[in-house]
Amino acid sequence: MDTKIDENEIKNAVTKAIKQHGKSREALIPILSDVNQVYGYIPSAAFKEIRRQINNPPEDGYPQTPVFVSESQLFGLATFYQMLSTKPVGKHVVRFCESAPCHVMGGRQLFQALMEQLQLQPGETTPDGQWTLITTSCLGTCGVGPVVLIDEDIYGNVTPEQLPEMLARYH
Amino acid sequence: MAYYRTHVLVSVDPECVIRGAHQVIDALQDELVAQGLIDEVQVLETSRIGDPNIFGPDLIVYPEGVHYANLSEDDIPYLVEEQFLKGRVVEKFRAQEMVKTDEELGPPKAKETRVVLRNCGKIDPTNIDEYIAEDGYQALGKVVAEMSSEQVIETVLSSGLRGRGGAGFLTGKKWQLCRNNPGEQKFVICNADEGDPGAFMNRRVLESDPHSVIEGMAIAAYAIGSQQGYIYCRAEYPIAVQTLNIAIQQARTLGLLGNNIMGSEFNFDLEVRMGAGAFVCGEETALMASIEGRRGEPRPRPPFPAQSGLWHSPSNINNVETYANVPQIILNGPEWFASMGTEKSKGTKTFAIAGDVVHTGLIEVPLGITLREIVYDVGGGIKDGKAFKAVQTGGPMGGCLSTEYLDMPVDYESLNKAGSMMGSGGMIIMDEDTCMVDIARFFMEFTQDESCGKCTPCRVGTRRLLEILERICGGNGRDGDIELLEELSSNIQVASLCGLGAGAPTPVISTLKHFRAEYEAHIYEHRCPARVCRALIRYEIEPETCTGCTVCARNCPVEAITGERRHLHVIDADTCIRCGICMQVCNFNAVSVLS
Repeated sequence: MDTKIDENEIKNAVTKAIKQHGKSREALIPILSDVNQVYGYIPSAAFKEIRRQINNPPEDGYPQTPVFVSESQLFGLATFYQMLSTKPVGKHVVRFCESAPCHVMGGRQLFQALMEQLQLQPGETTPDGQWTLITTSCLGTCGVGPVVLIDEDIYGNVTPEQLPEMLARYH
Repeated sequence: MAYYRTHVLVSVDPECVIRGAHQVIDALQDELVAQGLIDEVQVLETSRIGDPNIFGPDLIVYPEGVHYANLSEDDIPYLVEEQFLKGRVVEKFRAQEMVKTDEELGPPKAKETRVVLRNCGKIDPTNIDEYIAEDGYQALGKVVAEMSSEQVIETVLSSGLRGRGGAGFLTGKKWQLCRNNPGEQKFVICNADEGDPGAFMNRRVLESDPHSVIEGMAIAAYAIGSQQGYIYCRAEYPIAVQTLNIAIQQARTLGLLGNNIMGSEFNFDLEVRMGAGAFVCGEETALMASIEGRRGEPRPRPPFPAQSGLWHSPSNINNVETYANVPQIILNGPEWFASMGTEKSKGTKTFAIAGDVVHTGLIEVPLGITLREIVYDVGGGIKDGKAFKAVQTGGPMGGCLSTEYLDMPVDYESLNKAGSMMGSGGMIIMDEDTCMVDIARFFMEFTQDESCGKCTPCRVGTRRLLEILERICGGNGRDGDIELLEELSSNIQVASLCGLGAGAPTPVISTLKHFRAEYEAHIYEHRCPARVCRALIRYEIEPETCTGCTVCARNCPVEAITGERRHLHVIDADTCIRCGICMQVCNFNAVSVLS
C-alpha cells in the first residue's frame, strides 16, 4: 500500500507539519501525529522525509541547538504511542473501548459481536480495505458504556443488536 | 419585548436543511398559527444540535430541553397538539441519544458538595467573561497584587490540599520544594493525561471550566517562580484540547497570561501538549519525557521533578483537579477548605462512578464520606435490584474492595490501609454477576499492554501474572497458582521502576485478599461462582419451561441445539461455544447457565 502514495504528496505533508511545529525535538510527536492524521498511518517514506528535512540545515543555517534524528528514533516514537500507526488502516476505523467500565457493562459480548460482524480480530483490516478494528484505551465517556468509536463518531450504550444498523451508516 | 412561554430551536445545519429542516419550520409556523399558539411559542433557527446523519432534522423544546429527532412536516400537527397544546412529551419523536454527555453531570445530588465542578455545565467554557462573572481570576489578582510567593505557599499548605492525581502528596509542600530549588528556569506542568479506565473527572473540568485550571496554574507559577507552563492532555480528549486552546487565547487577550499579568511584574504563559496514546505518560517522569519529544518512559526518582524535571529544570507537576482547587482556596481562605473532609484528607474529591449503579457519572463529595453513601445515596444503588459485590477504586493500579468496606470513610489513608488507593478518582461498581478473577485478569491485560517495557519486573512480571490468570479463567488453574500469584505480585511491587509497575499487581492482591474463595472455586472445583468464565460454565435448557419453539436452535451460530418443534430442545455441550445467544433469544427464560 506504501507504494501507492505519491512521494511528492508525502513531502508536502511533512513540510507542512514541520512548518507548523518547528524543527525541535519536542516537535517530533506533533509532526508524526499530523502525518498520521493525513494517511491514517505513517508511511515508511515519511520517516525518511522527516529525517531528511529535520537534519538538513535550514537556509539561514542551523538553529542554536541543532536536532539530529535518525529514522529509527522516529520509528521508535511511532511504535511507542498507540495513536500513531505504522501499518495502513482501512477506510473506516472502528475503535472499541476495552476499558473496565465498558467491560462490566456488556462490552465483552459486544466485542464478540463486533469481531463476528466485521470478521476481524483486533488490529486487522478487511481484505477490501473497508474496515479496521482496533481496541482503544478509555475514551472517558464511561457513563454511557460500552462505547464504540467509528472514525470520529462516538456511540454509547451500544448493544450487539444495534451493530448492523450502526455499521451500515458507513459505506 | 414579547414574552414566550416556550422556545423551539430548530437545527438549520446544512445537512438538516437537505433533510427538510425548512419544511419543518414552515409546518411548525403554520400549525402554531392554526392552534392559536404563535404568540406563546417562538420558533428559532440554530446550528447543529445532534449529528444530522442520525437525528436530522431535529429540534429542541425549551424550557423542557426535549430533543425531537428525524422529524418530517407530516409529524408537526401531532407534535404541536401534544407538546404545545397539551404539554405532553411525544416519546415517539424523541431522539434516541447515543451519547448523553450531560447525564454525566446532572444537578448536584444529595451529599454532594461542588467546588471543582461548581462551574461545570453552568458557564460557557469558550467565553472567559462567564468565568470572570463567577469570580474568575479574582484569586490570581489577589495573589499578584497582595501576596508574596511565601504567603501563597503558606495558604495552600495550611489548607491541607493534597495531590488529586493519586499519591496524595501535600500540594503546598511540593510547591515549596520546587521554589527552594535553585534554577533560572522553572516549569509548571499540569498532568491532564487522565488515562485510568473509568475516570473522566478531569476531562469534564477541562471541557467545562478550563479557566479554573489555567488560573490555578498561574498561581502555582507565581508561588514557585516560573514563567512557563505546559498542560499535557491525552489525545483521546480532542474537545478538551480545543477548549483549552480557546481559553488560553482568551486569557492572553485580556492580559491574564503573558507578560506583566494584571499590571504586575509577573510573567507567565501556557502551552497545551497533546499525548499520543500511552497510559504510562500519566507517570510524571514519563510525561516530561513525552513533552520533550521522546518515548514516554519513566526514569528512576530521585532526582524528583522539583529538583530536575522538564529539560533538567526544577518543575512542579500537579493534576487538573489539584490546580482547579487552588483559586477557591485563595478566595475563600484555607480554613474554609480545611473545614471539609477528614483530619488528614481535606476538601472535596471528584469521582467518576461507572459500572452497575443506577446513576453513573460524575460526583463531587467531601472526603471522609463512606463508600455506602457513594454507592447507595449518590449512585442510587445497584442496577436491577441486584446485590453489591465490589467496588474498584483508584484505576487499574487500585484495588477491589468488598462489602465489608462499605462503611469505610473514603480518604487517602483508609483506602491505602484497605489495600486500594485514591488514585485519580475512578470508581467502578460491580454487582453480584461479576467474576473477580475475570476482573483481575482484565486489569492485568490492561497493565500488561500498557507497560512501557523499560524495566523487567513490570514488562515480564505482568505478562506472567496475566498468563496465570488466563489459565485460571480458562479452567486450567493448578494447585499452587494462588501462592505463585502472591509471590510474583510482591516481587513486581518492590522491584518496578515506576508507579505503574508498583501498582500493577494491586488488583490481583486485593481480589486475592477479599475474594480468595472465588480463585479457589476456579482452581479446585472448576467452577466460576459468578458464571462468567466461559470455560467453566455450561448452558442448559430446562425441560419444564421449554416449549420447543425452535428459536434457540435457529439462532445458535454453531448448530449445537437440536430438537423437534414443540418438543424439548437439547444443547450439545461439546459443540456449544458458550456465546449465550440462546439465553438472550429465548422468550420463555428456559435457558440457564450452570457452573
